[in-house]
Amino acid sequence: MIRVQREDFDPGQEIAALTAGNHAVGGLAVFVGLVRDLASEGGLKAMTLEHYPGMTEKMLTSIEAEARARWPLEESLVIHRYGRLEPGDRIVLVATASAHRQAAFEACQFLIDWLKTKAPFWKLEETSEGAHWVEARAGDDEAAQRWRETDKAAE
Amino acid sequence: MRLLYFAWLKTELGTSAEEIEPPAEVRDVRGLIAWLKGRDTKFAKAFSDESAIRVAVNQDYARPGDPVDAGDEVAFFPPVTGG
Repeated sequence: MIRVQREDFDPGQEIAALTAGNHAVGGLAVFVGLVRDLASEGGLKAMTLEHYPGMTEKMLTSIEAEARARWPLEESLVIHRYGRLEPGDRIVLVATASAHRQAAFEACQFLIDWLKTKAPFWKLEETSEGAHWVEARAGDDEAAQRWRETDKAAE
Repeated sequence: MRLLYFAWLKTELGTSAEEIEPPAEVRDVRGLIAWLKGRDTKFAKAFSDESAIRVAVNQDYARPGDPVDAGDEVAFFPPVTGG
């Protein structure tokens, strides 16, 4: 399941709901991304996440389908927020549940790595010096590259 | 054809969406960008470094040689920074 929303989410409630009643699940991996002060000098006041409604959902759905094709997942959930967020706020949640831990860990990492290079979101940072668009990091491309083997969507 | 602009492209061009009717010789992404660059200096500047711009046609990532048609939604944006 994927969700794109302005509101915050409660990771505990989300993962409890995700696996409720599914006793085939033996392992659940969760990643939660938070707003970090990229300026790392306490200069970040807020950031606004812009996205491309429609394409965002399409990309997240396709990334999730790819994860489920590659690993034997019982359940999966991606929640990504948009709008104005402050340092410490939750931005994204990726949860993957499987019979065993390895599939859950790998699929979770795959989902966040791919999401960061494919889902159409952009961060506008507000600092005391004004607002600027965050540039993409080469390290994110490299992280996604590891999973590339059958990566048609990235071509 | 509907064009969408996101992030700094939107800021620089001063618009987030527009309807256009490009000339018949615009058949693919590459041709559309070349035509946009010829519109005015603002577009020429924004599209000057094409490696800094990603393109989606009908909400799927597209390459320079991919076709564009009158009814398409074509979006231009910088590399994504979500997550």
